[in-house]
Amino acid sequence: MSDRVVEWTKMKSARAKSKIWIERRGRMVTLLCVAFMVFVAASILYFVTSKGLSTFVINKASITDFLFGKEWDPGKLDKEGKPVVGALPMIEGSFAVTLFSALICAPFAIGGAVFMTEISPKFGKRILQPVIELLVGIPSVVYGFTGLSLVVPFLRDHFSGSGFGIAAATIVLTVMILPTMMSLSVDAILAVPASLREASLALGATRWQTIYKVVLRTARPGILTAMIFGMARAFGEALAVQMVIGNSAVIPKSLMEPASTLTSILTMGMGNTVMGQVENNALWTLALILLLMSLIFIMIVRILGRRRTFE
Amino acid sequence: MKAKIADRIATVVFYIIALLLVLLLAGLLGYILLKGLSHISWHFITSPPESFQAGGGIGPQLFNSLYLLVLTMLISVPLSLGAGIYMAEYAKKNIWTNILRTVIEVLSSLPSIVVGLFGFLFFVISMGWGFSILSGALALTLFNLPLMVRVVEDSIRGVPSSQREAGLALGVSKWETIKHVLLPAALPGIITGIILASGRVFGEAAALIYTAGMSSPNLDFTNWNPFSPTSPLNPLRPAETLAVHIWKVNGEAVIPDVNAVSSGASAVLVLFILVFNVSARWIGKRIYRRMTSS
Repeated sequence: MSDRVVEWTKMKSARAKSKIWIERRGRMVTLLCVAFMVFVAASILYFVTSKGLSTFVINKASITDFLFGKEWDPGKLDKEGKPVVGALPMIEGSFAVTLFSALICAPFAIGGAVFMTEISPKFGKRILQPVIELLVGIPSVVYGFTGLSLVVPFLRDHFSGSGFGIAAATIVLTVMILPTMMSLSVDAILAVPASLREASLALGATRWQTIYKVVLRTARPGILTAMIFGMARAFGEALAVQMVIGNSAVIPKSLMEPASTLTSILTMGMGNTVMGQVENNALWTLALILLLMSLIFIMIVRILGRRRTFE
Repeated sequence: MKAKIADRIATVVFYIIALLLVLLLAGLLGYILLKGLSHISWHFITSPPESFQAGGGIGPQLFNSLYLLVLTMLISVPLSLGAGIYMAEYAKKNIWTNILRTVIEVLSSLPSIVVGLFGFLFFVISMGWGFSILSGALALTLFNLPLMVRVVEDSIRGVPSSQREAGLALGVSKWETIKHVLLPAALPGIITGIILASGRVFGEAAALIYTAGMSSPNLDFTNWNPFSPTSPLNPLRPAETLAVHIWKVNGEAVIPDVNAVSSGASAVLVLFILVFNVSARWIGKRIYRRMTSS
């Protein structure tokens, strides 16, 4: 009798132990996966930063020359023996295409999002939503190729120049970030509690007044977040821009002249340079600027996120 | 009265914007598909590309894209399941979790060209794997992971907490609850997310040009020994994907039928994305129905 009791307790404690073991193992395995991601992020930061800084540390270029210099010819040395790495044309190009495309895109994205949520939700959900999801997924080279075969010839025929330039890149990016901006704006507007809308309508406000004074104001941080994500996508886009901007590292005189962005020069140059040389290090510094900009975008999103509460 | 007129005008403006958007979106899709479909033939999607003449196909590129997609998913699905489960169930609400979340967000917002260059530096050069499928699949994993982790986390969080409590109340341990209750319930969302991520991975090019390379060696599709250099399965051979091919032929423009090849390839890419999207919706719904028996 007592034997069986002892056996039973032994069995039970063994089972309990194995359960604790399973618990710990599960926790450990999932924690390892997270640790791997942190490790990856840290090594990307480390590698790109150390490579990017070597232009300044090893090749002795000055940071102000890099950020504000207008001449980009990393193979050459100037009078003081420093490499000629003025990245201003690329930095300006990147900011120009990002800002222009965001400015053109924003009204359409917000207008479309309002239409989908406030004016005709049925049509929005049935037709616009799936099309937008599909467009988010269309590869950037396809956008680039469409720009190359449609936008560039159009600009060449109707305006001056070769058609390659900031204008073409802006048009391609506008279409490209439209789905991103719009679907995130829809999410932001949908998060506005229905009670606010009802209260406004009950006070006798028209639909437009409700949209303008209640819905859009309440959803503002979320909509701004959507704009920032769209801008981040435009800033980091490489191939679609590279295909239509013309890739000459000078500050263009007009929107129709060939220009360049950080990503386009990076994409073009990396294959033609040798690791460890000045030309290559200078490209890594461009990559570092891209990395820092995406950190800044995330910081802005985080700050906006803190204000995203509905009281 | 004024307010009512303003309301009318605003409504009309919104309708015009919506109409413009529909025209733009439909026009874009129609342009890509109509222009490309006429170039698609069995010969086009199975034969290898030509270097200097017209009439080349995209066979090896299509295979490379699919093979890279499978490898990438094999690596990134288990990792993102683990990390997603941790973020949804184990991570406490404190500053460390907050930092963790920021890290994942930063990773997901990195431009894909930066991820590709990191892959070039680390996998291609430091690890010595060269331009290869292996380097490409790992770079794509880095690019894909943050998004997938988010999908898994959101799907698990979306499971009603009554189910979680029911599991725990039955005396089942936390891990067993996760494995037998939460994961099955979250499965429709996770699978939809995996398929949508597949579309993203399938069309990615910027992360691949310096990791999987821009060339495709002569492949012998009867040789399935993964260690042979002409075998399509060899993970250490360079592999130009469909998206990279579109970019390359437009940049080099050596072949005379650049336009035909790229529009055909673009249409193939878009068709695949379309299939991914439609099947994501359909499979997600189906699994949901089967699991909830509704």
